[in-house]
Amino acid sequence: MSTTARRVVLDPLVDNNPITLQILGICSALAVTTTVSAALIMCLALTSVTALSNASISMIRHHIPSNIRIIVQMTIIASLVIVVDQILKAYAYEASKTLSVFVGLIITNCIVMGRAEAFAMKNSPGISFLDGLGNGLGYSAVLLVVAVVRELFGSGSILGVTLLLPVSEGGWYVPNGLMLLPPSAFFIIGLGIWAIRTIKPKQVESAEFRIKRVHRTEVF
Amino acid sequence: MEALPSLFIKAIFVENLALSFFLGMCTFLAVSKKIQTALGLGTAVIVVQAITVPANNLLYQYVLQEGALSWMGLPEVDLSFLGLITYIGVIAAIVQILEMVLDRFFPALHSALGIFLPLITVNCAILGGSLFMVERDYNFAESVTYGLGSGVGWALAIVALAGVREKLKYSDVPAGLQGLGITFITVGLMSMGFMAFSGIQL
Repeated sequence: MSTTARRVVLDPLVDNNPITLQILGICSALAVTTTVSAALIMCLALTSVTALSNASISMIRHHIPSNIRIIVQMTIIASLVIVVDQILKAYAYEASKTLSVFVGLIITNCIVMGRAEAFAMKNSPGISFLDGLGNGLGYSAVLLVVAVVRELFGSGSILGVTLLLPVSEGGWYVPNGLMLLPPSAFFIIGLGIWAIRTIKPKQVESAEFRIKRVHRTEVF
Repeated sequence: MEALPSLFIKAIFVENLALSFFLGMCTFLAVSKKIQTALGLGTAVIVVQAITVPANNLLYQYVLQEGALSWMGLPEVDLSFLGLITYIGVIAAIVQILEMVLDRFFPALHSALGIFLPLITVNCAILGGSLFMVERDYNFAESVTYGLGSGVGWALAIVALAGVREKLKYSDVPAGLQGLGITFITVGLMSMGFMAFSGIQL
Protein backbone atom coordinates (compact mmCIF):
# COMPACT_ATOMS: atom_id res chain seq x y z
CA MET A 1 0.00 0.00 0.00
CA SER A 2 1.37 3.43 -0.88
CA THR A 3 1.94 5.99 1.86
CA THR A 4 -0.96 8.28 0.89
CA ALA A 5 -3.38 5.37 0.86
CA ARG A 6 -2.13 4.19 4.23
CA ARG A 7 -2.45 7.71 5.62
CA VAL A 8 -6.00 8.08 4.28
CA VAL A 9 -7.05 4.84 5.97
CA LEU A 10 -5.17 5.20 9.27
CA ASP A 11 -5.52 8.94 9.95
CA PRO A 12 -9.19 8.81 11.01
CA LEU A 13 -8.47 6.10 13.59
CA VAL A 14 -6.91 8.39 16.22
CA ASP A 15 -5.42 11.55 14.73
CA ASN A 16 -8.56 12.76 12.99
CA ASN A 17 -11.24 10.56 14.48
CA PRO A 18 -14.73 11.40 13.17
CA ILE A 19 -16.39 11.04 16.57
CA THR A 20 -13.90 12.44 19.06
CA LEU A 21 -12.53 15.27 16.92
CA GLN A 22 -14.93 16.14 14.12
CA ILE A 23 -18.12 15.61 16.24
CA LEU A 24 -19.71 13.65 13.39
CA GLY A 25 -22.00 10.65 13.56
CA ILE A 26 -22.59 10.51 17.29
CA CYS A 27 -26.33 10.33 16.69
CA SER A 28 -26.74 6.64 16.05
CA ALA A 29 -23.45 5.67 17.67
CA LEU A 30 -24.43 5.70 21.31
CA ALA A 31 -27.68 3.79 21.32
CA VAL A 32 -26.31 0.56 19.85
CA THR A 33 -23.40 0.13 22.25
CA THR A 34 -25.09 -1.81 25.06
CA THR A 35 -23.83 -5.11 23.58
CA VAL A 36 -20.71 -5.77 21.54
CA SER A 37 -22.53 -7.85 18.94
CA ALA A 38 -25.00 -5.07 18.11
CA ALA A 39 -22.13 -2.59 17.89
CA LEU A 40 -20.19 -4.92 15.56
CA ILE A 41 -23.10 -5.18 13.13
CA MET A 42 -23.63 -1.43 13.23
CA CYS A 43 -19.91 -0.85 12.51
CA LEU A 44 -20.01 -3.25 9.58
CA ALA A 45 -23.13 -1.58 8.18
CA LEU A 46 -21.79 1.94 8.55
CA THR A 47 -18.30 1.17 7.21
CA SER A 48 -19.66 -0.51 4.09
CA VAL A 49 -22.16 2.29 3.46
CA THR A 50 -19.52 5.01 3.89
CA ALA A 51 -16.96 3.26 1.68
CA LEU A 52 -19.43 2.41 -1.10
CA SER A 53 -21.18 5.77 -1.08
CA ASN A 54 -17.85 7.57 -1.21
CA ALA A 55 -16.77 5.43 -4.17
CA SER A 56 -20.01 5.83 -6.11
CA ILE A 57 -20.37 9.56 -5.47
CA SER A 58 -16.76 10.08 -6.49
CA MET A 59 -17.37 8.18 -9.75
CA ILE A 60 -20.11 10.58 -10.86
CA ARG A 61 -18.68 13.72 -9.22
CA HIS A 62 -18.09 15.49 -12.55
CA HIS A 63 -21.72 14.96 -13.61
CA ILE A 64 -23.45 16.20 -10.44
CA PRO A 65 -24.70 19.80 -10.81
CA SER A 66 -23.41 21.55 -7.71
CA ASN A 67 -26.72 23.12 -6.64
CA ILE A 68 -28.52 19.78 -6.35
CA ARG A 69 -25.55 17.78 -5.09
CA ILE A 70 -26.95 17.28 -1.58
CA ILE A 71 -30.10 15.58 -2.84
CA VAL A 72 -28.07 13.39 -5.25
CA GLN A 73 -25.77 12.32 -2.41
CA MET A 74 -28.75 11.69 -0.18
CA THR A 75 -30.41 9.47 -2.79
CA ILE A 76 -27.27 7.38 -3.28
CA ILE A 77 -26.77 6.99 0.48
CA ALA A 78 -30.43 6.17 1.09
CA SER A 79 -30.37 3.46 -1.62
CA LEU A 80 -27.25 1.89 -0.09
CA VAL A 81 -28.81 1.94 3.38
CA ILE A 82 -31.95 0.25 2.02
CA VAL A 83 -29.75 -2.52 0.59
CA VAL A 84 -27.98 -2.97 3.95
CA ASP A 85 -31.31 -2.93 5.79
CA GLN A 86 -32.80 -5.57 3.50
CA ILE A 87 -29.70 -7.78 3.80
CA LEU A 88 -29.88 -7.56 7.59
CA LYS A 89 -33.59 -8.38 7.56
CA ALA A 90 -32.94 -11.40 5.35
CA TYR A 91 -29.86 -12.89 7.02
CA ALA A 92 -29.76 -11.47 10.56
CA TYR A 93 -33.36 -10.82 11.50
CA GLU A 94 -32.74 -10.85 15.27
CA ALA A 95 -29.95 -8.30 14.95
CA SER A 96 -32.04 -6.04 12.75
CA LYS A 97 -34.76 -6.11 15.43
CA THR A 98 -32.27 -5.05 18.14
CA LEU A 99 -30.87 -2.25 16.01
CA SER A 100 -34.47 -1.19 15.17
CA VAL A 101 -34.48 2.29 13.64
CA PHE A 102 -30.76 2.85 13.93
CA VAL A 103 -29.86 1.13 10.67
CA GLY A 104 -32.22 3.51 8.87
CA LEU A 105 -30.60 6.40 10.67
CA ILE A 106 -27.29 5.72 8.91
CA ILE A 107 -28.81 7.90 6.14
CA THR A 108 -28.64 10.96 8.35
CA ASN A 109 -25.34 9.94 9.93
CA CYS A 110 -23.15 12.97 9.43
CA ILE A 111 -20.03 10.88 8.76
CA VAL A 112 -21.45 9.52 5.52
CA MET A 113 -22.68 12.89 4.24
CA GLY A 114 -19.64 14.70 5.59
CA ARG A 115 -17.14 12.44 3.84
CA ALA A 116 -19.15 12.52 0.60
CA GLU A 117 -19.18 16.30 0.66
CA ALA A 118 -15.65 16.90 1.91
CA PHE A 119 -13.67 14.13 0.24
CA ALA A 120 -15.53 12.19 -2.47
CA MET A 121 -16.55 15.30 -4.41
CA LYS A 122 -12.89 16.23 -4.92
CA ASN A 123 -11.02 12.94 -5.25
CA SER A 124 -10.90 9.87 -7.47
CA PRO A 125 -13.00 6.76 -6.68
CA GLY A 126 -10.18 4.52 -5.40
CA ILE A 127 -8.86 6.89 -2.77
CA SER A 128 -12.41 7.95 -1.84
CA PHE A 129 -13.27 4.32 -1.16
CA LEU A 130 -10.25 4.08 1.17
CA ASP A 131 -11.20 7.33 2.88
CA GLY A 132 -14.71 5.99 3.51
CA LEU A 133 -13.20 2.79 4.83
CA GLY A 134 -10.85 4.69 7.15
CA ASN A 135 -13.57 6.90 8.58
CA GLY A 136 -15.85 3.91 9.01
CA LEU A 137 -13.06 2.19 10.93
CA GLY A 138 -12.46 5.29 13.07
CA TYR A 139 -16.15 5.28 13.98
CA SER A 140 -16.01 1.52 14.61
CA ALA A 141 -13.00 1.88 16.93
CA VAL A 142 -14.84 4.30 19.23
CA LEU A 143 -18.05 2.29 19.05
CA LEU A 144 -16.31 -0.98 19.95
CA VAL A 145 -14.37 0.52 22.86
CA VAL A 146 -17.59 1.95 24.30
CA ALA A 147 -19.48 -1.31 23.69
CA VAL A 148 -16.76 -3.45 25.33
CA VAL A 149 -16.72 -1.25 28.44
CA ARG A 150 -20.52 -1.14 28.66
CA GLU A 151 -21.10 -4.85 28.14
CA LEU A 152 -18.19 -5.97 30.35
CA PHE A 153 -19.13 -3.83 33.34
CA GLY A 154 -22.88 -3.78 32.70
CA SER A 155 -23.49 -7.49 32.37
CA GLY A 156 -20.07 -9.05 32.99
CA SER A 157 -19.72 -10.55 29.54
CA ILE A 158 -18.32 -9.85 26.08
CA LEU A 159 -20.15 -11.06 22.98
CA GLY A 160 -22.39 -13.07 25.32
CA VAL A 161 -19.42 -14.97 26.85
CA THR A 162 -19.40 -14.45 30.62
CA LEU A 163 -16.04 -13.16 31.85
CA LEU A 164 -16.99 -11.73 35.23
CA LEU A 165 -19.41 -14.16 36.85
CA PRO A 166 -22.30 -12.07 38.26
CA VAL A 167 -23.58 -12.51 41.84
CA SER A 168 -26.98 -13.65 40.59
CA GLU A 169 -25.30 -16.77 39.13
CA GLY A 170 -23.21 -17.49 42.21
CA GLY A 171 -20.17 -15.47 41.19
CA TRP A 172 -18.55 -12.42 42.77
CA TYR A 173 -19.22 -9.60 40.32
CA VAL A 174 -22.03 -7.13 41.04
CA PRO A 175 -23.11 -5.82 37.59
CA ASN A 176 -23.20 -2.06 37.25
CA GLY A 177 -26.69 -1.38 35.95
CA LEU A 178 -25.89 2.20 35.02
CA MET A 179 -23.59 0.94 32.25
CA LEU A 180 -26.60 -0.40 30.37
CA LEU A 181 -28.47 2.90 30.60
CA PRO A 182 -28.08 5.87 28.23
CA PRO A 183 -26.02 8.24 30.46
CA SER A 184 -23.02 5.90 30.70
CA ALA A 185 -22.40 6.13 26.95
CA PHE A 186 -21.96 9.89 27.26
CA PHE A 187 -19.59 9.52 30.22
CA ILE A 188 -17.44 6.89 28.49
CA ILE A 189 -17.08 8.95 25.30
CA GLY A 190 -16.39 12.09 27.35
CA LEU A 191 -13.65 10.34 29.32
CA GLY A 192 -12.34 8.76 26.11
CA ILE A 193 -11.98 12.20 24.56
CA TRP A 194 -10.12 13.33 27.68
CA ALA A 195 -7.71 10.40 27.37
CA ILE A 196 -7.04 10.97 23.65
CA ARG A 197 -6.48 14.68 24.15
CA THR A 198 -4.14 14.11 27.06
CA ILE A 199 -2.00 11.91 24.83
CA LYS A 200 -2.30 14.29 21.86
CA PRO A 201 -2.35 17.83 23.32
CA LYS A 202 -2.67 19.30 19.81
CA GLN A 203 -6.37 18.36 19.76
CA VAL A 204 -7.20 20.35 22.91
CA GLU A 205 -9.73 23.12 22.25
CA SER A 206 -8.84 26.57 23.49
CA ALA A 207 -11.02 27.93 26.28
CA GLU A 208 -13.53 30.66 25.42
CA PHE A 209 -12.96 32.38 28.69
CA ARG A 210 -9.98 32.47 31.04
CA ILE A 211 -9.95 33.56 34.63
CA LYS A 212 -7.30 36.26 34.88
CA ARG A 213 -4.76 35.50 37.58
CA VAL A 214 -4.07 38.59 39.65
CA HIS A 215 -1.26 38.64 42.16
CA ARG A 216 -2.22 40.09 45.55
CA THR A 217 0.23 42.95 45.13
CA GLU A 218 -1.56 44.15 41.97
CA VAL A 219 -4.93 44.56 43.65
CA PHE A 220 -4.38 48.05 44.95
CA MET B 1 -58.84 9.53 23.15
CA GLU B 2 -57.42 10.15 26.65
CA ALA B 3 -54.32 8.25 25.52
CA LEU B 4 -53.19 11.23 23.44
CA PRO B 5 -52.18 13.60 26.28
CA SER B 6 -50.21 10.84 27.95
CA LEU B 7 -48.47 10.02 24.64
CA PHE B 8 -47.59 13.71 24.38
CA ILE B 9 -46.07 13.83 27.89
CA LYS B 10 -44.28 10.53 27.29
CA ALA B 11 -42.75 11.83 24.05
CA ILE B 12 -41.43 14.93 25.81
CA PHE B 13 -40.03 13.51 29.03
CA VAL B 14 -39.89 9.71 29.23
CA GLU B 15 -38.77 9.02 25.67
CA ASN B 16 -36.88 12.23 25.05
CA LEU B 17 -35.33 11.90 21.58
CA ALA B 18 -32.08 13.62 22.47
CA LEU B 19 -31.40 12.32 25.95
CA SER B 20 -32.67 8.76 25.88
CA PHE B 21 -32.38 7.83 22.19
CA PHE B 22 -29.33 9.97 21.34
CA LEU B 23 -30.99 11.39 18.23
CA GLY B 24 -29.92 14.64 16.63
CA MET B 25 -26.70 14.56 18.65
CA CYS B 26 -24.49 16.28 16.06
CA THR B 27 -26.57 19.45 15.97
CA PHE B 28 -27.38 19.03 19.65
CA LEU B 29 -23.70 19.37 20.57
CA ALA B 30 -22.69 21.81 17.84
CA VAL B 31 -25.47 24.42 18.13
CA SER B 32 -25.86 24.62 21.91
CA LYS B 33 -23.39 27.32 22.86
CA LYS B 34 -25.96 30.13 23.17
CA ILE B 35 -29.54 29.99 24.46
CA GLN B 36 -30.75 32.30 21.67
CA THR B 37 -29.57 30.05 18.82
CA ALA B 38 -30.63 26.91 20.67
CA LEU B 39 -34.14 28.36 21.00
CA GLY B 40 -34.25 29.14 17.26
CA LEU B 41 -33.13 25.64 16.29
CA GLY B 42 -35.49 24.09 18.83
CA THR B 43 -38.48 25.97 17.40
CA ALA B 44 -37.52 24.95 13.87
CA VAL B 45 -37.31 21.30 14.96
CA ILE B 46 -40.75 21.47 16.61
CA VAL B 47 -42.32 22.93 13.44
CA VAL B 48 -40.65 20.49 11.04
CA GLN B 49 -41.26 17.46 13.27
CA ALA B 50 -44.96 18.35 13.71
CA ILE B 51 -45.38 18.49 9.92
CA THR B 52 -43.18 15.62 8.70
CA VAL B 53 -44.26 12.88 11.11
CA PRO B 54 -47.98 13.13 10.19
CA ALA B 55 -47.09 13.52 6.49
CA ASN B 56 -44.98 10.37 6.57
CA ASN B 57 -47.72 8.64 8.52
CA LEU B 58 -50.26 9.33 5.75
CA LEU B 59 -47.77 8.19 3.14
CA TYR B 60 -47.08 4.98 5.06
CA GLN B 61 -50.73 4.17 5.66
CA TYR B 62 -51.99 4.85 2.14
CA VAL B 63 -49.03 4.02 -0.12
CA LEU B 64 -46.18 2.08 1.46
CA GLN B 65 -47.71 -0.34 3.96
CA GLU B 66 -48.31 -3.92 2.93
CA GLY B 67 -51.71 -4.02 1.26
CA ALA B 68 -52.03 -0.23 1.42
CA LEU B 69 -52.45 0.05 -2.33
CA SER B 70 -55.67 -1.96 -2.34
CA TRP B 71 -57.59 1.23 -3.15
CA MET B 72 -55.76 1.16 -6.48
CA GLY B 73 -56.67 -2.47 -6.99
CA LEU B 74 -53.18 -3.75 -6.06
CA PRO B 75 -53.68 -5.52 -2.71
CA GLU B 76 -50.51 -7.68 -2.94
CA VAL B 77 -48.03 -4.87 -3.41
CA ASP B 78 -45.72 -4.22 -0.44
CA LEU B 79 -43.65 -1.07 -0.88
CA SER B 80 -42.38 -0.84 2.70
CA PHE B 81 -38.78 -1.41 1.56
CA LEU B 82 -38.96 2.02 -0.11
CA GLY B 83 -39.71 3.57 3.29
CA LEU B 84 -36.29 5.02 4.11
CA ILE B 85 -35.78 6.82 0.81
CA THR B 86 -39.37 8.10 0.82
CA TYR B 87 -39.21 9.55 4.32
CA ILE B 88 -35.93 11.33 3.74
CA GLY B 89 -37.27 12.68 0.43
CA VAL B 90 -40.43 13.93 2.13
CA ILE B 91 -38.39 15.56 4.89
CA ALA B 92 -36.04 17.28 2.43
CA ALA B 93 -38.99 18.49 0.33
CA ILE B 94 -41.00 19.77 3.30
CA VAL B 95 -38.00 21.62 4.70
CA GLN B 96 -37.44 23.24 1.30
CA ILE B 97 -41.12 24.22 0.93
CA LEU B 98 -41.23 25.52 4.50
CA GLU B 99 -38.22 27.69 3.79
CA MET B 100 -39.85 29.18 0.68
CA VAL B 101 -43.20 29.76 2.44
CA LEU B 102 -41.53 31.44 5.41
CA ASP B 103 -39.43 33.58 3.07
CA ARG B 104 -42.54 34.71 1.15
CA PHE B 105 -45.08 35.24 3.94
CA PHE B 106 -43.20 35.56 7.23
CA PRO B 107 -39.88 37.26 6.49
CA ALA B 108 -39.23 38.00 10.17
CA LEU B 109 -39.61 34.35 11.10
CA HIS B 110 -37.51 33.36 8.10
CA SER B 111 -34.62 35.52 9.17
CA ALA B 112 -34.79 33.97 12.63
CA LEU B 113 -35.16 30.33 11.62
CA GLY B 114 -33.75 30.43 8.08
CA ILE B 115 -30.20 29.31 8.78
CA PHE B 116 -31.37 26.33 10.83
CA LEU B 117 -33.71 24.84 8.26
CA PRO B 118 -31.07 23.25 6.00
CA LEU B 119 -29.42 21.73 9.09
CA ILE B 120 -32.66 20.01 9.96
CA THR B 121 -32.80 17.85 6.83
CA VAL B 122 -29.86 15.83 8.11
CA ASN B 123 -30.97 15.89 11.74
CA CYS B 124 -31.48 12.31 12.86
CA ALA B 125 -34.20 13.37 15.31
CA ILE B 126 -36.51 14.17 12.39
CA LEU B 127 -35.93 10.93 10.48
CA GLY B 128 -35.87 9.04 13.80
CA GLY B 129 -39.29 10.44 14.69
CA SER B 130 -40.75 9.16 11.43
CA LEU B 131 -39.11 5.75 11.82
CA PHE B 132 -40.37 5.33 15.40
CA MET B 133 -43.84 6.33 14.19
CA VAL B 134 -43.74 3.50 11.62
CA GLU B 135 -42.24 0.98 14.03
CA ARG B 136 -44.86 1.63 16.70
CA ASP B 137 -47.73 1.68 14.22
CA TYR B 138 -49.24 5.01 15.27
CA ASN B 139 -52.48 6.14 13.65
CA PHE B 140 -52.88 9.67 12.28
CA ALA B 141 -54.00 11.37 15.52
CA GLU B 142 -51.22 9.65 17.46
CA SER B 143 -48.64 10.63 14.86
CA VAL B 144 -49.61 14.32 15.13
CA THR B 145 -49.29 14.12 18.92
CA TYR B 146 -46.02 12.19 18.78
CA GLY B 147 -44.51 14.56 16.21
CA LEU B 148 -45.35 17.61 18.29
CA GLY B 149 -44.32 16.00 21.58
CA SER B 150 -40.98 14.65 20.41
CA GLY B 151 -40.15 18.01 18.80
CA VAL B 152 -40.93 19.84 22.05
CA GLY B 153 -38.84 17.32 23.99
CA TRP B 154 -35.82 17.82 21.73
CA ALA B 155 -36.17 21.61 21.90
CA LEU B 156 -36.41 21.47 25.69
CA ALA B 157 -33.26 19.39 25.91
CA ILE B 158 -31.18 21.64 23.64
CA VAL B 159 -32.31 24.86 25.38
CA ALA B 160 -31.48 23.32 28.78
CA LEU B 161 -28.04 22.23 27.56
CA ALA B 162 -27.38 25.70 26.13
CA GLY B 163 -28.29 27.21 29.50
CA VAL B 164 -25.81 24.93 31.27
CA ARG B 165 -23.06 25.59 28.72
CA GLU B 166 -23.46 29.37 28.96
CA LYS B 167 -22.60 29.15 32.65
CA LEU B 168 -20.04 26.41 32.13
CA LYS B 169 -17.71 28.55 30.03
CA TYR B 170 -16.68 30.46 33.17
CA SER B 171 -15.57 27.34 34.99
CA ASP B 172 -12.02 26.03 35.10
CA VAL B 173 -12.14 22.77 33.13
CA PRO B 174 -9.07 20.50 32.76
CA ALA B 175 -7.37 21.15 29.42
CA GLY B 176 -8.19 17.78 27.85
CA LEU B 177 -11.86 18.03 28.74
CA GLN B 178 -12.22 21.56 27.35
CA GLY B 179 -15.05 21.91 24.81
CA LEU B 180 -16.37 18.60 23.53
CA GLY B 181 -15.33 16.41 26.47
CA ILE B 182 -17.05 18.38 29.21
CA THR B 183 -20.12 18.80 26.98
CA PHE B 184 -20.45 15.03 26.72
CA ILE B 185 -20.25 14.66 30.49
CA THR B 186 -22.81 17.44 30.98
CA VAL B 187 -25.19 15.73 28.56
CA GLY B 188 -24.64 12.48 30.45
CA LEU B 189 -25.64 14.13 33.72
CA MET B 190 -28.71 15.70 32.07
CA SER B 191 -29.66 12.34 30.64
CA MET B 192 -29.42 10.89 34.16
CA GLY B 193 -31.76 13.63 35.33
CA PHE B 194 -34.26 12.76 32.62
CA MET B 195 -34.06 9.08 33.67
CA ALA B 196 -36.02 10.11 36.75
CA PHE B 197 -39.05 10.29 34.45
CA SER B 198 -38.59 6.76 33.17
CA GLY B 199 -40.49 5.12 36.01
CA ILE B 200 -43.60 7.14 35.33
CA GLN B 201 -46.50 5.09 34.02
CA LEU B 202 -49.05 7.11 32.08
